[in-house]
Amino acid sequence: MSKDLYVIAEQRDGEIAKVTMELLGEATKLAAELDEKVIGVLMGDKIKDKAQEMIEAGADKVVVVEDPMLAEYVTEPYTKALTKLIKEYDPNIVLFGATAIGRDLAPRVAARIHTGLTADCTHLDIDMEKYFEFLKATSTADTESIEKRLGMDDKTLKMTRPAFGGNVMATIRCADHRPQMATVRPGVMKKIDPQPGKKGEVEELKVEFGPEDMNVKIKEVVRDTKKAVDITEAKVLVSGGRGIGSADYYKELQKVADLLGGEISSSRANVDAGWIEKSRQVGQTGKTVRPELYMACGISGAIQHIAGMESSECVIAINKNDTAAIFDVADLGIVGDVKVIIPKLIEALEKYKAENN
Amino acid sequence: MDFKLSKTHLLQQEMYRRFAENEVKPLAEEMDETEVFNQDLLAKMHKYGLMGIPYSKEYGGVGGDYLSYVLCMEEISKADASTGITISVHTSLCCSCIDSFGTEEQKQKFLRPLVDGSKTGCFGLTEPNAGSDAAGQQTKAAYDEAKDEYVINGTKIFTTNSGFADTFVVFAMTDKSKGTKGISAFVVERDMPGVTVGENIRRMGIRAASNCEVAYENVRVPAANRLGKEGQGFKIAMKALDGGRIGIAAQSVGIAQGALEEALKYVKERKQFGKSIAKFQTTQFKAADMQTKIDAARLLTYRAAVTKDNGENYGPAAAMAKLFASSVANEVCRECVQLMGGYGYCREYPVERALRDAKITEIYEGTSEVMKMVISGSMKIV
Amino acid sequence: MKIVVCIKQVPDTNEVKLDPKTNRLIRDGVPSIINHDDKSGIEAALRLREKVGGTVTVVCMGPPQADVALREALAMGCDEAHLLSAREFGGSDTCATAIIISAALKKIGYDIVITGRQAIDGDTAQVGPQIAENLGIPQVSYTEELGIDGDVLTVKRQYEDRHHIIEVKTPCLLTALQELAEPRYMHAGGIIDAYEKEIKVWGFDDLKNDLNPDHIGLNGSPTKVVTSFGKMAKGAGTKLEVSPDEAVAAIIAKMEERHII
Repeated sequence: MSKDLYVIAEQRDGEIAKVTMELLGEATKLAAELDEKVIGVLMGDKIKDKAQEMIEAGADKVVVVEDPMLAEYVTEPYTKALTKLIKEYDPNIVLFGATAIGRDLAPRVAARIHTGLTADCTHLDIDMEKYFEFLKATSTADTESIEKRLGMDDKTLKMTRPAFGGNVMATIRCADHRPQMATVRPGVMKKIDPQPGKKGEVEELKVEFGPEDMNVKIKEVVRDTKKAVDITEAKVLVSGGRGIGSADYYKELQKVADLLGGEISSSRANVDAGWIEKSRQVGQTGKTVRPELYMACGISGAIQHIAGMESSECVIAINKNDTAAIFDVADLGIVGDVKVIIPKLIEALEKYKAENN
Repeated sequence: MDFKLSKTHLLQQEMYRRFAENEVKPLAEEMDETEVFNQDLLAKMHKYGLMGIPYSKEYGGVGGDYLSYVLCMEEISKADASTGITISVHTSLCCSCIDSFGTEEQKQKFLRPLVDGSKTGCFGLTEPNAGSDAAGQQTKAAYDEAKDEYVINGTKIFTTNSGFADTFVVFAMTDKSKGTKGISAFVVERDMPGVTVGENIRRMGIRAASNCEVAYENVRVPAANRLGKEGQGFKIAMKALDGGRIGIAAQSVGIAQGALEEALKYVKERKQFGKSIAKFQTTQFKAADMQTKIDAARLLTYRAAVTKDNGENYGPAAAMAKLFASSVANEVCRECVQLMGGYGYCREYPVERALRDAKITEIYEGTSEVMKMVISGSMKIV
Repeated sequence: MKIVVCIKQVPDTNEVKLDPKTNRLIRDGVPSIINHDDKSGIEAALRLREKVGGTVTVVCMGPPQADVALREALAMGCDEAHLLSAREFGGSDTCATAIIISAALKKIGYDIVITGRQAIDGDTAQVGPQIAENLGIPQVSYTEELGIDGDVLTVKRQYEDRHHIIEVKTPCLLTALQELAEPRYMHAGGIIDAYEKEIKVWGFDDLKNDLNPDHIGLNGSPTKVVTSFGKMAKGAGTKLEVSPDEAVAAIIAKMEERHII
């Protein structure tokens, strides 16, 4: 019978990606609900010594496939290895990061063994009660009708994901095929605190590769430098309005943005004043943005500005004026002076980063 | 009676709309400010067939009909009226003269490059002293029998597209004694010696359009470049203008619809007295009045286009469409500015430009007064 | 060179809303468009054709209304168009969709298959790789740049932190990123030609020899939707007038809650 949760590690240059740790954290939670184990899968060249990291992050066991052909990610060798592993180990659930690797590998494997795959999940459930708790807290979904269809003892993986550009959420199941496979959006799941020295089994799986498995040729691997800025693509925007006082203060906002992996943007007034380039202007006559976080610093919230940012997933506003319109669209509003808050925030974020990495 | 556009027309409309939104609209404000028509935009208009819509594929055109052309004029003018007139003068004034009156040889030589995307055309009829009274032409074309050439002398004013056009359809007196029957039409190329294009004339609206005075000084034009017979020029010009007016009507509909859409976007967001001004019934009723008038103008315009496509007499229908649509454009733009108040009057918002652009539609290709002459004439009241 | 582009007709998601009462998508008045990545794929295919000759064929699975998406592709310059449309195909997930499209591609023939990386309605990015698997040909997904020399394609393949420059021989499948090629507009005259061309429609009977009926449609799909729902309407939010330190703590907490940090 299919059992256990398998987490497919993503590694580049021998380093395991953050998303893998997040998946191990989530898998640990789900495994407890199923009373099954978390198995890490590590594919690469001379990669075995990284297995311990996965064990400390939640894996009970790690299966390692090593071969020079797996040094740099290529679809076919990885598909071959993983397919063999799935056929031999018969997992209940297989999780991938929804990354440029995971979203290439998972569908190819799913098609090869003919099972279901759900892309880019942001929430996973096994236990029905917990699933309903989640639905009731975040959505308008009708749990009664779901209960009628699935019952409360259902132990399949409920995979919830956004569709239609985030306007709609859907929960998907793969009831009749195994393994149940999902790619999971990076940054969504929580890793567990690492358990140094934790013991776990490391098992090797031998896969025979022939030259025909390398059906494409990697001519060159180019590590990227930073790309040109497009504020509509940024996940975090730290936006400055007149309240920041001067063009110079964008440097401080840039520090916050850098700490959050985001970009700086602006209200119209500051663009007109020549404090910042037009390409960073948010609003009706600028750009419409919908980042995961929009931090409005010293922005009063003229309707023209709000029109350009109100679809942001989360808005934090800092403004001296407690009646500023920006507070009407903010998830969190801070009445206070940007110039007092921001330096303290930079400090706090630096501290947070140091503690959590 | 079918008020539905065909699938082909619908997809064309979609294409023109996308082109207008993505290519024209972002340039409109800057072109208006600088009073220069963007030549990259012109090249793209040629590339995608926007300059050859109602002309046969046989000559490299799009193979559409006049309704297709009207849909294009409407969508483009929604974004920018200057771009609309650039297409219009080229298509319905310059090209149509050659298409309707050119010989097969002339069509191959002159029409093909104009509609296949290679060249841009303009139309030289109006003179400093011959506007609505087109018969008062002072430009002369004298026939030189020895060389089988005409020698053109005179000055044309308000020649749209002349700043960059390659091909000019020019009207000149070959026999002054015959009045309107003494006018002939010629295809003049920009590089012919004696053609001098002056400075762009500074205007209130459609400022991005190129609109210059063009002087013709001893310009020698082969007789093979004469369109139709000697003395047919007035007829050629009037026929082109009849069709052109449908384009201007479509331009007017576009200007009005574009302004209304901008204003409606604004009223949904603008809050006064504690609620968005869209919630005031006066705003809603104003919008209803405006949309009704625009739709009426659009129907008149489509009717004129379909009448022309059906090969029927479309002159009066075209004149009615232009008379009404141009008036609606002015009224709607004025109302939209009013609705938006101070912001409507600001250059940052496109309704300010739309109001300035709208005025010309009551003037060029026949003033509203001339339209009334055409319409009342067709009614045979006296 | 026979280049086949698989496209999907999608609602313009910026305008899709969910009916809060029925939890159904409100599709009325929502325009349908060719998926952005797919359109870049069409452009890339047309440019390949300009370089090496051959034909560009466009394939779309969908309801009869998807006809207009294929006309648009023809108006951009594609040579022929095929619509895969049958009641039996309805409700297919990515796995079943890939099976149907693959069956058609085997009949239509191909040297290069291009799909968009992902569709803006489903956002799965799965159908391309699954078609490649079903056809047994190599795939290169996340294609950002593309070159061709004979039967060898050179692909710039994007990852989060790097690129691979990959050589792959035809037959193969590429999935196109939107940045692969800025799509041209339809040509006005192309639209008129597009409506004069015939679009070949493939129903279930045309493909049944290559299709297992248990592997297609809603019932043949391994994954099924349990429920779809809208996110809860945003609350008024909290407004704090507290000391700067408390304010910063609240900001950090909010960032944690939203997985920003």
